[in-house]
Amino acid sequence: MLAAARTIVARDLRVAMRRRSDVAIALLFFVIVTSLFPLGVGAEPNQLRAIAPGVIWVAALLSSMLSLGRLFAADHADGTLEQMLLGAAPLGVTVAAKAFAHWLVSGLPLVAIAPLLALQYGLPAPLHGVLALSLLLGTPVLSLIGAIGAALTLGLRGGGVLLALLVLPLYVPVLIMGAGSVEMAAAGLGAGGQLLLLGAMLVVAAAFAPWAIAAALRISSE
Amino acid sequence: MRWFWYASPQTFFPLAGTIARWCGVAAVLLMIVGLTIGFFVAPTDAQQGEAYRIIFIHVPAAWMSMFLYVVMACWAAVGLALNTRLSGMMAAAIAPTGALFTFIALWTGALWGRPTWGTYWVWGDPRLMSELILLFLYFGFMALHAAIEDPRRADRAAGLLAVVGVVNIPIIYYSVQWWNTLHQGASVSLTSAPKMAATMLTGMLVMAVAFWMYSIAAAMLRVRCIIRERGDASRS
Amino acid sequence: MSEFFAMGGYAWYVWGSYGVTFFLILMELILLIRRGKQGEKQA
Repeated sequence: MLAAARTIVARDLRVAMRRRSDVAIALLFFVIVTSLFPLGVGAEPNQLRAIAPGVIWVAALLSSMLSLGRLFAADHADGTLEQMLLGAAPLGVTVAAKAFAHWLVSGLPLVAIAPLLALQYGLPAPLHGVLALSLLLGTPVLSLIGAIGAALTLGLRGGGVLLALLVLPLYVPVLIMGAGSVEMAAAGLGAGGQLLLLGAMLVVAAAFAPWAIAAALRISSE
Repeated sequence: MRWFWYASPQTFFPLAGTIARWCGVAAVLLMIVGLTIGFFVAPTDAQQGEAYRIIFIHVPAAWMSMFLYVVMACWAAVGLALNTRLSGMMAAAIAPTGALFTFIALWTGALWGRPTWGTYWVWGDPRLMSELILLFLYFGFMALHAAIEDPRRADRAAGLLAVVGVVNIPIIYYSVQWWNTLHQGASVSLTSAPKMAATMLTGMLVMAVAFWMYSIAAAMLRVRCIIRERGDASRS
Repeated sequence: MSEFFAMGGYAWYVWGSYGVTFFLILMELILLIRRGKQGEKQA
């Protein structure tokens, strides 16, 4: 079972490396969106510092969501998905592996870049760690929940926007906890609680989402 | 077992019509009673004046919006687990009515909030946030269902979404509440509803049951439309 | 009578709420009945 998971992760990473532009585009989107807000909101340093956690988190949300379309589309198009559905490995393991690979490629880079963007917004250095940690815990949840949406909207026209409508409401708790943790830390109140809750969300998502994703894939592939 | 006989769309079709008629009548009667209590029996509130009378629509609508979502999710779960056609149709039949009551709750809430607390909307109140997200969840369900051609796949996909959503609602509520109590920024106390005179509570309960009867009637009418459209109405 | 309609000065809010509510409920019913009739015609 673990071998199957490892193979899938390795394969998905290799495919992603061949289409490096897709990965880069998601990251670029993240950077561009965070750069737009100061232009729209004004360069007042205190204001920027106040909105920084929220803006960075929303941008991470949107970027993660944009890259969800890629998760199953290619496999669906060339028939690999059907092989996975019929394959020996439990579907839950397969989709968990795919979601993990997806996160490595689209979520983890965001975690790495976020402190630079935080610098851009004038967020004080101690908060960068909290921000990065909140993203580290939160982006996998986004990938897992988003994968459910991606599986449900497989092959549908109007896919991208429909996916957004389905998935954004489900993202709200993660956003609240994620941005909230940095805001708590900024207010000197300690981010421990929010981060623990994010961790709890991650555990729950990791436990239950693969089942939902697998069910959704079966529904979409009949 | 009589229950399973009704699990077939074509046998349920006439029963749905009967239920719709009875519940429709009940809804009208109860609304008359409820509105009479609301406008003529319940006293004017000392602090909020006549504006509080919106509560007789707002609270029942909010209760219905959440109740209908749970019922919808239950039908969806049954349909997914037992692979029954009618269960999926029931979930799809409930969704628009649920969305309607969610919107009414938000709208009347805003119109109640303006004269009493000075604002149409507050970010950071867990109930407002959850209600707004609930509206998006309903829309998501309806949009996904509409985007899928095959009715069976549509029922099942939207059904799965409903089940995932129903888990999310309490999480959203507690997230916002937790965040809010620590944040203590938005300190508009929206819990200052008028002290419940017995008549006020009765009026709200009567309207709630009225809305419930109405929801059943509307869902029955809609499921009949769905059954007809899928060609399941007359098949002998 | 006019007191009833004025609702202590809150007329817009109260009647705005009740009005929109019953309008929407009525619309839902009308649309459903129309949809049913269309379905009957096609069946």
